[in-house]
Amino acid sequence: MIAAPLFRRFNLTYQDRRNLRTALPFIAPWIIGFLAFTVYPIVYSLYLSFQRYSGFGDAVPVGLANYHYMLKDPLFWKSLINTLYYMALAVPVGVVVALVLAMMMNQRVREVAIYRAAFYLPSIIPLFALTFIFIVLLNPGFGFVDYVLGLLHLPAVNWLGDPHWTKISVVLLAQLGAGGPALIFLAALRAVPQELYESATLDGAGAIRRFYKITWPLITPVILFDLIYGMILGIQIFTPAFVLTGGTSGGGAYTAGPDNSLLFYVYYLYKQAFQYSDMGYASAMAWVLFVISVVLAVAIMRWSRYWVHYEAD
Amino acid sequence: MAVAPKVREARPLAIAREPAPRQWRRPRLPKTMAARAGLIVASLLFLLPFYWMANSALKNIQELSAFPPTLYPHAPAFDNFVRAVTYIPFGTFLLNSVILTAGVTIGAAISNPLIAYGFSRIQWPGRDFVFGIVLATIFLPFPVLIVALFDIFAKLHWIDTFLPIIVPAFFGNPFFIFLMRQFFLGLPNEISEQARIDGANEFQVFLHIILPLAKPAVAVVVIFAAVQAWGEFLTPLLFLQDETKYPLSIGLQFYRQEHDVSYNLLMAASTLIVIPVVVLFLAFQRFFIQGVTVGAVKG
Repeated sequence: MIAAPLFRRFNLTYQDRRNLRTALPFIAPWIIGFLAFTVYPIVYSLYLSFQRYSGFGDAVPVGLANYHYMLKDPLFWKSLINTLYYMALAVPVGVVVALVLAMMMNQRVREVAIYRAAFYLPSIIPLFALTFIFIVLLNPGFGFVDYVLGLLHLPAVNWLGDPHWTKISVVLLAQLGAGGPALIFLAALRAVPQELYESATLDGAGAIRRFYKITWPLITPVILFDLIYGMILGIQIFTPAFVLTGGTSGGGAYTAGPDNSLLFYVYYLYKQAFQYSDMGYASAMAWVLFVISVVLAVAIMRWSRYWVHYEAD
Repeated sequence: MAVAPKVREARPLAIAREPAPRQWRRPRLPKTMAARAGLIVASLLFLLPFYWMANSALKNIQELSAFPPTLYPHAPAFDNFVRAVTYIPFGTFLLNSVILTAGVTIGAAISNPLIAYGFSRIQWPGRDFVFGIVLATIFLPFPVLIVALFDIFAKLHWIDTFLPIIVPAFFGNPFFIFLMRQFFLGLPNEISEQARIDGANEFQVFLHIILPLAKPAVAVVVIFAAVQAWGEFLTPLLFLQDETKYPLSIGLQFYRQEHDVSYNLLMAASTLIVIPVVVLFLAFQRFFIQGVTVGAVKG
């Protein structure tokens, strides 16, 4: 047993060792899956990122060439900027929309169950189906949205044809997923002790002051979770852009939306790997994506120390 | 507060009234009314896609391309549904979707309770550290893995089979493990102890004592896994290239391959895909809501 010296090193009691042996068969599937479908692919892509590899035949080592090429590949930068731009809009807007929905639902309205259901339902509808519906809703020729804009005497918008609006359309589409975070925020709002509000009101605090001084600090942990989760979802945005731009039917030659405005990072990674068969370059992109996600997550965690309030208990 | 006596004096008409009208306060009604108005408008916005999908699914192509758009189908074309399922090999795609969904759901139902049990009902050294790794993988963007996974599955000759999508489900999903673990942690330790004293081994405790109590949590995992698998897009796109293996998510692209897109048929097919999800939601709403708010417990 290799494990025996390990046990001694960690000073495990007999009971500890027995529990470890009992637990191992239960968690074994996760350990195997984690190694086979997460750790190994990450390590393997690091190896591939230093190769020239089409997916067939042998990989040829090329050193840092893939990373060098990335630096001067305008489409790489375009896809990165598109993605960051999308996240900068979608993530904060998503938090605000979910928070507003939750605060309205928290107003002791009796039929809250109906709103809860209405807000949550779109989040479980397949994203590709919602995207198809958006194509019809936003159509410049017969779409409902431009029709309503016309009724309001607002200019029609070419939502999916104008590169300035395509990302806004995807941001709007993403808001249909606000129901889940809204339910989480609602649960957090309901967990705020009512006495705090009552005593604050007696002390003459208005609604806005009560929000900043009581509600906001107490829900910041949930906001932080949603920010990080929203960011991770945002950085891997793919399906709506892929479906909106015609996806597979276009083949490799098509641009990703007008002026490549929907060429998000993962979309470009997909194109490199599966349409241009450049698995080495795509692996390098995957690794850069991995590093960016870790850096962003760590940055948000650091930043959160200044505004997230944890109850001291 | 100080104004109260004055108000009482200036109220000669109220003498006959019993009981005396209450002191005027800021009305509470408008506050809920404003929230209610906002909620109704927001609900309509969130339900609009469903209505517009059904509305467009029932229009003929002339009516669909009319401007201004008609708010309901003036000449409902129910045969759109028939045309939608014959225009593409809808039956094949549907069958593939059902197999994938069933496979993933079974995998999730077996693996996640088992793994979560090991992370909650047994106290082993390093458990919380390892569970931290489980949680950290929630935040790993899946696309980081796709290139390497494709190559691995290609070498295993798993491309164009359902294995790359179904097999990983049998090794647990961090969110489902978290969810099941939260439930298991809520069960008192005494019930396990009693069974152990009676001579049950740990697997028997899991299977005969804890799992039956965890049925609601397993139900949450099952419906979430099913809904996710039903809408899965990226993995079938990557790992299935043979058109006869496509699930509906990928197969629907075929409505758009010709030059003019039959949006009404696309909407009809989308309706058929959305209906099972809506039915599942209406039937098990409680489980969905519980599943979402488990995250709020920990924050």
